[in-house]
Amino acid sequence: MFQPTKDFLKGLWKQNPAFRLILGMCPTLAVTNMAVNGLAMGLATLFVLVASGIIISIIKGLIPSKVRIPCYIVIIASFVTLADYFLAAFYTDIHKVLGLYIPLIVVNCIILGRMEAFASKNPLLNSIADAFGMGLGFTWALVLLGSVRELLGFGTLFGATLLGSWYPGMLVMKLPTGAFITLGLMIALMNIINEKVRSTAQ
Amino acid sequence: MSNLITIFIAAAFINNFVFYRFLGICPFLGVSRHIKSALSMGAAVTFVMVISGVSTWLIQNHLLDRFGLPFLQYPAFILVIASLVQLIEMYLKRYHSDIYKTFGIYLPLITTNCAILGLALLNSILKYNFTESFVYSIGAGSGFTLALIIMAGIREKLEIAPVPKPFRNIPIALIIAGLLALAFSGFTSLRFG
Repeated sequence: MFQPTKDFLKGLWKQNPAFRLILGMCPTLAVTNMAVNGLAMGLATLFVLVASGIIISIIKGLIPSKVRIPCYIVIIASFVTLADYFLAAFYTDIHKVLGLYIPLIVVNCIILGRMEAFASKNPLLNSIADAFGMGLGFTWALVLLGSVRELLGFGTLFGATLLGSWYPGMLVMKLPTGAFITLGLMIALMNIINEKVRSTAQ
Repeated sequence: MSNLITIFIAAAFINNFVFYRFLGICPFLGVSRHIKSALSMGAAVTFVMVISGVSTWLIQNHLLDRFGLPFLQYPAFILVIASLVQLIEMYLKRYHSDIYKTFGIYLPLITTNCAILGLALLNSILKYNFTESFVYSIGAGSGFTLALIIMAGIREKLEIAPVPKPFRNIPIALIIAGLLALAFSGFTSLRFG
């Protein structure tokens, strides 16, 4: 297969950052009480991943390896500031809900991890493919988690009422507890699916 | 004084960094296998939290606010934290090698620990003054250490428990964390005065 395609696809399932690599747990758990918040956080992370991946892949030869981590962090922090100001200007409501967790994209281990493990060692096209794959993999994980919690917690999905007014809503799904338990169950489910796939392939 | 006690209790229990604000989950899942390493990690995080909490407060109030540079907040904070961690590591390695041996290996991990940057940002969001920021940092660090130790105590027992195969390791740790978060949410109704 074409190498960038492979780099792109692995982030979606095999090395999904949230479910398989267990990276970026803080935003995964914190903002997924509603599907739309998960989507916004996923897209913001995707933007920062792709933008800093492009820059770092281009200037990787110029950065001395001893100070590379601070350099990466400053590049990432600049793009996070950009995303933060963009959301504050155009999507004020979502910016308010995500609040503290937007600046925390700076220390999201997915981003620094991909820069260190991939963008600093690979050509531009592969780095972009990898960043898109990881970002989209992270986004779908967050949207799925957010959808399950929103449906069980509020009876709605992306704000549209699915379960009628008879549904009281599970309080626990809105609380931090719901985040931890739902994610735990999802990772377990993913392990079961992978195990099934492996045993049928043999 | 009572205000400071309230800030401490709120940071350590009610708004616990791990169970309420979801900060520092990666080390919480990664290093909480044994009580001893949990204690060292907690001590390292608390130490760095207090030092970086105080220094980012100074930067925020005497540099960024004074010269009208709010947009430099994230790069400035993260650079300060990263260099502080590096300095602490070098200092401990040179002068206190026994302490360095116990928690030195956790120090590089702390740079990307969101609890540290989270604390620095929360100090500025909550508009704490210098003393309040200092107390809040200690409270947050203690709460993080407490969460880590509780988790490590449970996971030590878990190692001999027959956990179903798909749930081994991370999933069961997350579910336990969820139950602990439920217990901690009981502190929400704590009232003072």
